[in-house]
Amino acid sequence: MSNLSSSWSVTEPSRLSKWVAGVVVVLYTFITLLPLVWIISTGFKSGQDSISYPPKVVFEPSLEGYVNLFTTRTRVAAEEFQKLPPAETWYDQIVRDQGMVIAGPSRFGERFMNSVIIGFGSTALSILLGTLAAYAFSRFKVPLKDDLLFFILSTRMMPPIAVAIPIYLMYRELGLSDTHLGMILLYTAVNISLAVWLLKGFIDEIPREYEEAALIDGYTRFQAFRKVVLPQAATGIASTAIFCLIFAWNEYAFAVLLTSGNAQTAPPFIPTIIGVGGQDWPAVAAGATLFLLPVMIFTILLRKHLLRGITFGAVRK
Amino acid sequence: MAEIVIRNLRKDFGAFTAVKGSSFTIRDGEFFMLLGPSGCGKTTTLRMIAGLELPTSGEILIDGEDVSMRPASQRDIAMVFQMFALYPHMNVRKNIAYPLVSQGVPKAEVRRKVAEVAKILRIDHLLDKGVGGLSGGDRQRVALGRAIVRNPKAFMMDEPLGALDAEFREIMAEELRALHDRMHATTVYVTHDQLEAMQMGDKIVVMNHGVVEQFGTPQDIYDHPATLFVADFIGSPAMNFLRFEGQAPAGAGTITLGDHAQPLPRLQEPAAGALVLGVRPEHVALSDTAPLKGRIEAVEYLGTTQIVTLSTPFGMVKARTPSTLPARVGDLTGLALNAPRLSLFDATTGRAFRTAANAGVHHG
Ligand SMILES: Nc1ncnc2c1ncn2[C@@H]1O[C@H](COP(=O)(O)OP(=O)(O)OP(=O)(O)O)[C@@H](O)[C@H]1O
Ligand SMILES: [Mg+2]
Repeated sequence: MSNLSSSWSVTEPSRLSKWVAGVVVVLYTFITLLPLVWIISTGFKSGQDSISYPPKVVFEPSLEGYVNLFTTRTRVAAEEFQKLPPAETWYDQIVRDQGMVIAGPSRFGERFMNSVIIGFGSTALSILLGTLAAYAFSRFKVPLKDDLLFFILSTRMMPPIAVAIPIYLMYRELGLSDTHLGMILLYTAVNISLAVWLLKGFIDEIPREYEEAALIDGYTRFQAFRKVVLPQAATGIASTAIFCLIFAWNEYAFAVLLTSGNAQTAPPFIPTIIGVGGQDWPAVAAGATLFLLPVMIFTILLRKHLLRGITFGAVRK
Repeated sequence: MAEIVIRNLRKDFGAFTAVKGSSFTIRDGEFFMLLGPSGCGKTTTLRMIAGLELPTSGEILIDGEDVSMRPASQRDIAMVFQMFALYPHMNVRKNIAYPLVSQGVPKAEVRRKVAEVAKILRIDHLLDKGVGGLSGGDRQRVALGRAIVRNPKAFMMDEPLGALDAEFREIMAEELRALHDRMHATTVYVTHDQLEAMQMGDKIVVMNHGVVEQFGTPQDIYDHPATLFVADFIGSPAMNFLRFEGQAPAGAGTITLGDHAQPLPRLQEPAAGALVLGVRPEHVALSDTAPLKGRIEAVEYLGTTQIVTLSTPFGMVKARTPSTLPARVGDLTGLALNAPRLSLFDATTGRAFRTAANAGVHHG
């Protein structure tokens, strides 16, 4: 009996299976992270290193990609180049080393800000409307409640891009094409159904007695909602916000179709960095790296809530 | 503090009627029990008084003012919920202070009042703890603290001891009653436990299927139940029912039970048809000379008393007798019923006939 229990246990995995599981996890992590590592490292390569074959794993880091990302440059004739005064800054120098001079700033900063405004704006709007709607659906007698909820969900039953043409025409008529407001409204419209459904689930889990206690303690319905329901729905709001932001941040198809000058977001802009020669991979990679950061930071900030929220309230209390 | 008057209060949920025209009065300073089996509409009634549910029809008057359509926040009533509903994201101090904050009470005053209440409830050492780790009894005290901190017009309590284990219930029940005796605050207390209601209440309303069956003091309800339901629901063991056919005119002091005339409180209205004679076990004595005969089926020893179960021509009857009295299973004996304490019911309507004994008692 002692022999049996020491060599084989029902609850403890065997040594071999632990090993296999470990190897699988490490391999999977490596495969998933490889493109990320590739992008980040390419951003710090020189133009030459970025296209060398076989690819260089060890290379001399360079900020060429980042400088090119934020500037536009012009090539100057050789004799003119000699007459120029010495480069004043480190980034001037990096551009000179490529045989060019800085002509001005690029539009990347502007596009990036557009992404921030549109991504966070539509996330905030989705969460605001979604929380209020979810609360109403969860707590009040809404006529045709079930039909309305199904109707909201039905907007998700086809890919949003399927309605691209009507939206394009509609936006042109309404003057919403290529505006921040237009993109915020569009992404909010796509995200709101997800937000309402997710948040309703979370709010359903919060016992009504908490609000009722607040009502009796002399607070209005809205105060009870703000002071008692919202803090408890924080988990749900955080995870819903992350889902909304990821969609709005990464959206490409509508952004290509509806924006060009004014309100263009980063996703359609980054591929255009490649330039006429099609050689500037470090700049593209640098743009992609910077583009990853906001969602990563946002997710890490809300990670504590997200991990609890992803289980959809199953482990509350 | 306040007097609460309920008039013809009714609540429909769609086609289902949870409360059917209740009327009763809660006097200033009373500890008032809403008693009834599960699903009879106690919570619904309480929630309507508190303003968490609006009545379909009827009136709720607090100190003479009709508040039936006012929101909860404007009724100045405090409530202790069954699961306590302490705000989970606040510590004990904040929980207790929360009702004062809504009234804009100055900070120093809030601190003073919270400390005072915590002292009364003996939870001053817990003030800075979160509510998550508290024991059931301490949660109960925090919930009470939140209720008493702002001197409301009345307290509503929905089975406040329901979430506690048996041993602790008794302690908290005593504490609650002591707290009430000290503050004399009008309190409406919901329970389905008849013993709790009898022990703690100044007045009791007994409800069944959304109908008020009887309303009165624990004694009146125990001694003079207005309906068969109340007679059966209150008391343990329950009142004995002897079912028979018979008739008696108004003014009669006896009724024919089988082959003998059974004395009972003088009837104030005529009785006829299928009847039920109700007698509490403690009003049945074993006496060989009594005309009503029965055979002892079981004897349950309870220390100073014993419960003797007898089969009679009118069904099983339980008698509570001193345990010194000999009672052997199988023996034939007579049952003497204590005439002034008998009730006579109409078997079809379940209503008690008016007699000299119960004439003064409120009927639902
Ligand atoms: N919001 C509601 N919608 C529909 N029916 C309801 C609602 N609230 C209560 N009811 C019904 O009304 C009846 C009375 O409910 P109530 O909660 O008042 O009973 P109770 O006497 O408090 O019972 P318990 O002892 O189980 O708490 C029940 O049958 C219940 O199902
Ligand atoms: Mg209830």
